[in-house]
Amino acid sequence: MNAAPVPREVHAELKGVTRIYPAVPGAGAKLPVHALGPIDLDLVRGEFFAVVGPSGCGKSTFLEVLAGLQKPTAGSVSFEGKPVGGHVPEGIGVVFQEDASFPWLTVWHNVAFGLRRNGVAAAEVRRRVEDAIAFMGLKDFAGAYPSQLSGGMRQRVCIARTLVLQPRLILLDEPFGALDAQTRLLMGDEVLRLWRRTGATVLLITHALDEAAMLADRIGAMSARPGRFIEIIATGWPRDRDSTIVGEAAFGEITGRLWERLRSESLKALGHSGVSAMAAE
Amino acid sequence: MAIMTRIGLIRLVVIAALIGALELACRTGLIDHRIIIAPSEMASALWTLLASGSLDADIARTLGLIGLVTALSIVLGFAAGIAIHALPRLREALDPFFATYYAVPVFIFYPVLIAIFGLSLMPIVLIGVATAIVAMIIATLNGLDRVPRVLDKVARVHRLGRIATALQLQLPAAAPYLFTGIKLAVSYGFIAVIAAEFILSPAGLGRDIADAYADFNNRRMYALILFLLIVATLINAVLHGLDMRFAARRSGGRA
Ligand SMILES: Nc1ncnc2c1ncn2[C@@H]1O[C@H](COP(=O)(O)OP(=O)(O)OP(=O)(O)O)[C@@H](O)[C@H]1O
Ligand SMILES: [Mg+2]
Repeated sequence: MNAAPVPREVHAELKGVTRIYPAVPGAGAKLPVHALGPIDLDLVRGEFFAVVGPSGCGKSTFLEVLAGLQKPTAGSVSFEGKPVGGHVPEGIGVVFQEDASFPWLTVWHNVAFGLRRNGVAAAEVRRRVEDAIAFMGLKDFAGAYPSQLSGGMRQRVCIARTLVLQPRLILLDEPFGALDAQTRLLMGDEVLRLWRRTGATVLLITHALDEAAMLADRIGAMSARPGRFIEIIATGWPRDRDSTIVGEAAFGEITGRLWERLRSESLKALGHSGVSAMAAE
Repeated sequence: MAIMTRIGLIRLVVIAALIGALELACRTGLIDHRIIIAPSEMASALWTLLASGSLDADIARTLGLIGLVTALSIVLGFAAGIAIHALPRLREALDPFFATYYAVPVFIFYPVLIAIFGLSLMPIVLIGVATAIVAMIIATLNGLDRVPRVLDKVARVHRLGRIATALQLQLPAAAPYLFTGIKLAVSYGFIAVIAAEFILSPAGLGRDIADAYADFNNRRMYALILFLLIVATLINAVLHGLDMRFAARRSGGRA
């Protein structure tokens, strides 16, 4: 399987990245946690990259290090040729695993949040917010508060809030983790539309193998903690794909391959995470 | 909504019935008028008192004191809450103190304050703030604790500074808890000021009630009590209304 024929321009780069959460002294003393790495990865501009891995393997840590929300313990991260460390560079948008909508603002004002701060002209704010709201299918809910929406819709609000800022790298941390499988596949179509329209590089974290297999150009399969890429699979899907490829033979092959790689890792994460973690350190 | 108004109606009926029963008991002589006067008499006595204007200075003094005590408690309590929240060790040290604060009658220090500051406004302000401020501190800590961690990350993705994060994200996220603190601070401030005046003070509505009581002037005493009840009810109704409006927004009007 060959990756789609895009001109390979490195958009973000991780070199020897490791993240160890330091020990917490005091009352409930905790040992240091080796959560991630070492990881080497080049994200190609415009590609859709998915990360799959067992729960607790360090996926969110990976995303936060890439975004500049956490400093790597060792190694380096760069975005568009500039080093990232300790702060989030302009051009990166993040949608978090937890619901991060603002309950005190309407959908409209949630989405406008970042723009209003950046001193964008009012007319331009309105145009972009309305566009993002329409794109995410929230038109009828612009005046609603997040509490009036379902969990999936709240995540769409967060996606729209990221989208209006026109990020060139979009990081999505299991945005649909709480949804049922069918709705998740449909939301996958929306993410694909988003990716195609914005031309941004998209990195999606998920624990659902089918989701990764359906959406991504490349899939990084992560080991149990400390998370490392044990394999990176190129799917070779055309750019204008959608959830109907779930019926194709290649889809079954990809998910099968992923499961083969991740089965033992998931077992480790499930049964013996404590033991294996100590052995790894 | 229909259920709400229905409960509200029942509430009104209960209150009206109690007042009616008291009125009846007083009028028929079941209750001696030297102990309690009829509610209608209280109201007319209050009306005369207010119309005479003799109460104006005391009203201004007492309500002004309550306002001052409440405002100081809210502002200082909020600031202290933020500072303590930022210093986990200090907080750990203070936690048991906060947990038991209202188990101790802080009020017993009022005579001490009078001994120190003399019979001025100062002891009342201090005892009022001492009574009200801790509720605001606790509410602020509580509110900040419940600001979801993910909001900090959102702030950093939007590259907000410390102050912008505090004002645009943490403050609104903690607002419902802060409002609880404000309501408590108002109540405690009210109680402390009136009680302090009642015990020892050169002037004020609390002092008026104490004087009327000492003079066996029931009409005046009950008129003043009625006045304070009305003021306290109004303040609480306004705060409750605001609270309901905020809550309705956040819970999508389904509360
Ligand atoms: N702030 C922290 N301090 C200490 N340990 C942490 C911290 N955050 C995460 N960890 C630990 O690091 C490991 C990786 O966490 P992470 O959240 O990155 O995993 P994940 O793959 O995103 O998990 P999930 O599938 O549940 O989302 C876990 O063992 C977690 O307990
Ligand atoms: Mg995670």
